[in-house]
Amino acid sequence: MTAPLIELTDLTKLYVTGDVELRALDAVSLRVDEGEFVAIMGSSGSGKSTMMNVIGCLDRPTSGTYLLSGRQVSVMGKSELAEVRNQLIGFVFQQFNLLSRTSAVENVELPLVYAGVSARERRARATTALERVGLGARLEHRPNQLSGGQQQRVAIARALVNDPKMILADEPTGALDSKTSIEVMALFQELWRAGITVVVVTHEADIAEYASRVVVMRDGKILTDERHEPKRAV
Amino acid sequence: MNPFLTLRVALRAILRNKMRAFLTTLGIIIGVAAVIAMMAIGAGAKAQVEQAFAAMGTNLLIILPGSTSAGGVQGGFGSMPTLTWDDLAAIRAEVPTVKAAAPTMRSNMPIVSEEQNWTTGVTGTLPEYFDIRSWPIAQGAAFTQADVDSGTKVVVLGQTVAEKLYGASANPVGLTVRIGTTPFQIVGIAAKKGQSSTGQDYDDAAFIPATTYAQKVQGGLSKYLTGQIMVAATSADTTARAQSDIAALLRDRHHIAPGMDDDFSLRNLSEIAGAQAQGTETMTTLLASVAAVSLLVGGIGIMNIMLVSVTERTREIGVRMAVGAKPHYILAQFLIEALVLSLAGGLLGVAVGLGTATWLASRFKWPMLIQTDVIAISVGFSAFVGIVFGLYPARKASQLDPIDALRYE
Ligand SMILES: Nc1ncnc2c1ncn2[C@@H]1O[C@H](COP(=O)(O)OP(=O)(O)OP(=O)(O)O)[C@@H](O)[C@H]1O
Ligand SMILES: [Mg+2]
Repeated sequence: MTAPLIELTDLTKLYVTGDVELRALDAVSLRVDEGEFVAIMGSSGSGKSTMMNVIGCLDRPTSGTYLLSGRQVSVMGKSELAEVRNQLIGFVFQQFNLLSRTSAVENVELPLVYAGVSARERRARATTALERVGLGARLEHRPNQLSGGQQQRVAIARALVNDPKMILADEPTGALDSKTSIEVMALFQELWRAGITVVVVTHEADIAEYASRVVVMRDGKILTDERHEPKRAV
Repeated sequence: MNPFLTLRVALRAILRNKMRAFLTTLGIIIGVAAVIAMMAIGAGAKAQVEQAFAAMGTNLLIILPGSTSAGGVQGGFGSMPTLTWDDLAAIRAEVPTVKAAAPTMRSNMPIVSEEQNWTTGVTGTLPEYFDIRSWPIAQGAAFTQADVDSGTKVVVLGQTVAEKLYGASANPVGLTVRIGTTPFQIVGIAAKKGQSSTGQDYDDAAFIPATTYAQKVQGGLSKYLTGQIMVAATSADTTARAQSDIAALLRDRHHIAPGMDDDFSLRNLSEIAGAQAQGTETMTTLLASVAAVSLLVGGIGIMNIMLVSVTERTREIGVRMAVGAKPHYILAQFLIEALVLSLAGGLLGVAVGLGTATWLASRFKWPMLIQTDVIAISVGFSAFVGIVFGLYPARKASQLDPIDALRYE
């Protein structure tokens, strides 16, 4: 049995807009162990992104507790959260979120900059990470000189460059065609096999098949939570 | 985090919008340039005033007929002759702190050479006049006491007059000119003295013996001396003493009862110099504070553009925070960007200011003074302005919520 990496207990996120109160997360409890590959599914507005943002320490829950590697996240200050994101978490977004007019390798270096890694080591590790996602020949390309799939690979390289415990991806294939999507999922599977915990939010059932566990949400609650043998991406 | 890297990020962000950066810093550029130019001009003008008065002598006193008091009835000074030749003799003989004293009676007269004519202020005085004003004779010599005693028709020309009549390099000593209708022999050419602080040309003048002046210009010697008396005290330190002694002597000679106003006025040149210097200083301070206000306006411009920059780059801030940038890194990044903008503006402003000051100095023939302290202060102040006005936008950026920043459209 592996140790729990993520442990959410009765997690609630309340959005108040005017008089309307919206429970984006409604007392969700979820435990993810190290080495899992979780796909989170559910209809639009079911609270997937909200949960991902809480897990990724980008957002705070209204109530409930979140233990990350056994550490209580809800009591951390902004600086400490930034450090946790830097050290433990890699993000991949639907819209890539690369810095424009900045080369691929510099984008990948960014987490290392904030980790205080020296310039020489930054460059070496960023180059390795880009080679790992198959972009060793595109180091100096800027995002607007890369295809969507390539941009997402740069984002994945950025997510893994600082050896995180987990990679969180919110609809990473949402802006990609199906062939590129499978390539991206293959990359996640590779990282997962190398020991990184991966959590992916997706709309598409065939994308979720590549994960080892599928969590389905509805109205801020977890509807089903099943483990299965992941389909191999090629 | 590495400050050098932060600087590079800031530079890149600035260079991405060169025109915008330039326009933003324009306020600072103009402000600093104005401060530097104003201070340089002020210092130059002040130095020139001081130089001019130092050239005239700090131990100089001028006695004018008439009162300066607001009593009203007497009219202005110089309106009625109250000083006599005997007063002059008494001052020279009886006040020990007086080194020399000479009358100056002046009127504008045409001077005619064979070729040219030129109208200038002709002054009737004594040979001591040139000592009192520490004004050497360049060619020939000053007229002598013997010339004064016998009323000889001799003249000492100022450089400008000599040039106007005979050209720049001529030596007209020994030649004869007519002043009015009377022929005068040129005995000397005074050395070049330059301009007064008010732009008056000291060298546009001619000097003749006081007695000759009285006879030929005024048509006869009278009891009264129709001009001023210039006095040199024995030293700068004894000037005040000489001033009060002369005042006491003249009040006694003019039988002025205690409590009554003087019928003459005594001016101390160092007082006038002080007042003038004070004037330019006030003016400089005024202009410099206007310039400082424009620096402040420049700061507001920087704040404005930094706010725009923060808004534009909200997503970038979100990304940086997501990958681990702590709030104070973001703060430092934007603060350094503001600082780089304002410092660049400050340095450009120094260049423009020095250029302007140099140009003005050469145009108005001022001494050009480079004031390193003023440069340091204005560059420092522009950096300060950058930090102060960059702080709010930078804080705003650093306080952003990562998730809100990432979602920003
Ligand atoms: N900042 C916010 N303010 C108010 N309501 C919000 C905010 N963010 C999300 N919500 C609401 O919370 C609910 C859950 O949103 P969330 O983004 O988690 O959905 P999702 O499952 O990711 O949907 P999608 O699949 O469309 O991305 C939605 O009803 C949404 O309107
Ligand atoms: Mg979503």
